[in-house]
Amino acid sequence: MMGLLVQGVLLGGYYAILAAGLAFLYSVMGIINLAHGALAVVAAYMLLLFSQMTGMSPFVGLLLVLPAMAVIGVIVERGIFEPSSRGGPLLAVLATFGMSVVIDNLLFQQFGANTQSLANFIGDLSWDSWDLGGGLYVGKISVYTFLTAVFVLGGLQLLLTFTPVGRAIRATAQDSDTAGLIGLDARRIRMISSAIAFITIGIAGAALGMRSSFSPYAGGALLLFAFQATVIGGTATIWGTLIGGIILGLAQTLGAQIAPQGFLIGGNLVFFAVLFIRLLRGDMNWRSVLRLNRKATQ
Amino acid sequence: MNPSYRIERWTTASRISVWVFALLFLAACFLSQSGNDSLLSRGVVLFVYVLLAATWNALAGFAGLMSVGQQAFFGLGAYFAIRLSDSGVPVFAAMGLSAIIVAALSWPMSIVMLRLKDGEFAIGMWVLASLCHLLVNLDPLIQGETGISLIALNAYDPETRRVILFTFALVSTTAVLGFLFFLLQSRFGTALQAIRDNDEAAGSLGVNVLKAKRLIFVFAAFGGAIAGALWLGANISFQPKTYFGVQWSAYMIFMVLVGGIGTFEGAILGAIVFFIIETFFAAFGVWYLIGLGTAAIVFSLVFPQGIWGTVVRKWNLHLLPIGRRLSISNEK
Amino acid sequence: MTQLEIRNLEVCHGLLKAVRGVDLDVNAGEVLAIVGANGAGKTTLMRAIAGSHRASKGSIHFNGQDIGALPAHQRVKRGLSLVPEGRRLFPKMTVQENLAVSAQIGRSGNWSIDSIFEVFENLVKRRHAKAETLSGGEQQATAIGRALVANPEIILLDEVSLGLSPAIVDRVYSILPKLRATATTVVLVEQDLGRVLKVSDRIICMLEGQVVLQGPTAELTREQIVEAYFGLKTSRKEKVQP
Repeated sequence: MMGLLVQGVLLGGYYAILAAGLAFLYSVMGIINLAHGALAVVAAYMLLLFSQMTGMSPFVGLLLVLPAMAVIGVIVERGIFEPSSRGGPLLAVLATFGMSVVIDNLLFQQFGANTQSLANFIGDLSWDSWDLGGGLYVGKISVYTFLTAVFVLGGLQLLLTFTPVGRAIRATAQDSDTAGLIGLDARRIRMISSAIAFITIGIAGAALGMRSSFSPYAGGALLLFAFQATVIGGTATIWGTLIGGIILGLAQTLGAQIAPQGFLIGGNLVFFAVLFIRLLRGDMNWRSVLRLNRKATQ
Repeated sequence: MNPSYRIERWTTASRISVWVFALLFLAACFLSQSGNDSLLSRGVVLFVYVLLAATWNALAGFAGLMSVGQQAFFGLGAYFAIRLSDSGVPVFAAMGLSAIIVAALSWPMSIVMLRLKDGEFAIGMWVLASLCHLLVNLDPLIQGETGISLIALNAYDPETRRVILFTFALVSTTAVLGFLFFLLQSRFGTALQAIRDNDEAAGSLGVNVLKAKRLIFVFAAFGGAIAGALWLGANISFQPKTYFGVQWSAYMIFMVLVGGIGTFEGAILGAIVFFIIETFFAAFGVWYLIGLGTAAIVFSLVFPQGIWGTVVRKWNLHLLPIGRRLSISNEK
Repeated sequence: MTQLEIRNLEVCHGLLKAVRGVDLDVNAGEVLAIVGANGAGKTTLMRAIAGSHRASKGSIHFNGQDIGALPAHQRVKRGLSLVPEGRRLFPKMTVQENLAVSAQIGRSGNWSIDSIFEVFENLVKRRHAKAETLSGGEQQATAIGRALVANPEIILLDEVSLGLSPAIVDRVYSILPKLRATATTVVLVEQDLGRVLKVSDRIICMLEGQVVLQGPTAELTREQIVEAYFGLKTSRKEKVQP
């Protein structure tokens, strides 16, 4: 039982990384990116290509892939997020969904349906574990993923709270019109925000590839996990994402004990249970992730 | 010279087009009696697309609810048809009954889902579809992803089956479109228009926004379920993965975006366009899907009115008497 | 010396022309007051100068350069800051952060975050409070401070006394002598005519999107202004020239 709990919590760390970029883009730019999962899969394929071509570890590949993701983030912001959000939030939903369909199928066209993994390129790490005593083992990669989640979320928190860029991002998110009146270039800040979000998507892609396997159409499921973690954890702080991820991870791990399909059903049920509880309590305040106040839309 | 204003509902174009629709309906009835097999089965496919496009458009274009989870109802419609038929209900009755059950189920779902807004609603619906898929897989009858066939249909010889199915599709599509048409014509249609334009303002004007959205949500669930049951009737086999796949949402979005979101005629036009594209290009497989996705991006970014929206804007042409037009003429 | 030169400016809200054909010269170092009834186009004019409304016609020159096509954030870099109507602070950020986010990209000059706290002493104890928790007066002081730390050459104050008690307004206006001392140009929109007559060098009166009266404060009588304010006698076409 203890083992299950530990496993669930560590899985939650993975979901938190996955959710970080989705929650960040939503709270900063008001965009729900339906291509979120597909983009994480793209990052995983980029790492795979790097390792296959150079024979080097995907950790080295991150040095190349994360900047590449940042650039993609800027391009997507200029090409899709910005023009679509001018037409209201609904068009952004459609445009990013279209983007996910294109990405999924391009990946399939390029790489075929085969399931891939980065596990072969990280040596012992993929199966090594620590013995915690009492027959309790934890996989090293799971622990590292969890620590990365803490690092990514903590990094975002520090960035937003203490750096000039972070202040500018928060100011623009709270009132982009006034941000312009005090000299902030909202377009530039949106590009920076998008780049940051895409870097976290790149990290999520690495975690995906190293701890499990991926295939071209894996993006949809990843989006749902990220979304569920974001909604479940919806408290007033950035750490809500981690808590949401952990609750989702625990629900899935425990669900899997009951029935093979229980893994996914457990997660979904917790998601709807949280929605239902919020409904009863009458507050749907999870949009205050990152302590940002979305203006006027509700 | 005093300009005089007249509020119009019926225009010449809309009078003609209502007659054309009636003639088309009669032609389709005639077709069902004498048409050849492949024509009839393709006809069912077209009706399914029209149902999906019209109901997704009702949801997105009239109630402002973008869903990427309508496959939940499509899949459930097929599932309950099989379930009911397995427990002894005559097969075509099972298909109709299934849609009613799904509509009834969608009512409690709407209470939770309608609390979500915009993108949250979109993905939330996807999660709902995924949950429905998983729960259906739990039913031993379905045998997990292996699926099952609607064996009861074998009681009919193929030809009779096609004729009945085509007629069933024709009648249900006409009924769904007709219901939507009268819904939009009623006071409720005006309320919906207010919601689409600005749902907070509509609320403050006394429109019961939640109630209106819920009605459309249930209606869309019903339409999706009928479409799912029809698809099952045409393909006989039920594999959960195909029915609960998100590609159905992609198709619906494509049809409505291309046809013209928020216009009754546009959704039907979009379904016809999709039907033609699918007939000729589906063989291209992956590239066909990439094309659909690209079209969704391009239409939402540069052409959000869609084909029909542009027609309406340019020529103020309305084929159906929905909404009211202000006509100004100068009289002495 | 003319610092801000506006010619034939026209700004529309959809079909409505909110500002129609305004000519305006603002001299360096002066305090110019704009008065007028609600809906006269004052706020729209201010926002057009600051760059958050795009003008449909006309030109805006600042220090001899055409800034009409520049977005708001670039006008701030040139030395033109607006304190918007309703303060518009970043509600979830502290006073300190509201000032810092402006200071970090603003120009360098006399004003710094510390000197703002020296001038508005009442803000010191609220330094780390969220802007949304501040009183009206504190919010207004923060909003003015936020514009000043960017060290503008010209500051536009839109209805800074709105909703504040007279004592608080006095405190807000105590900043004016300091602005004069640093030769900062001030353009202010104000409803309180008494205060306008006290603090301004020159007055502009707007009616239905047009300037109907302008002149040095010393040469205008209260009656003249009130007439222009309500559109009495003075027909819209004849502008009273000083």
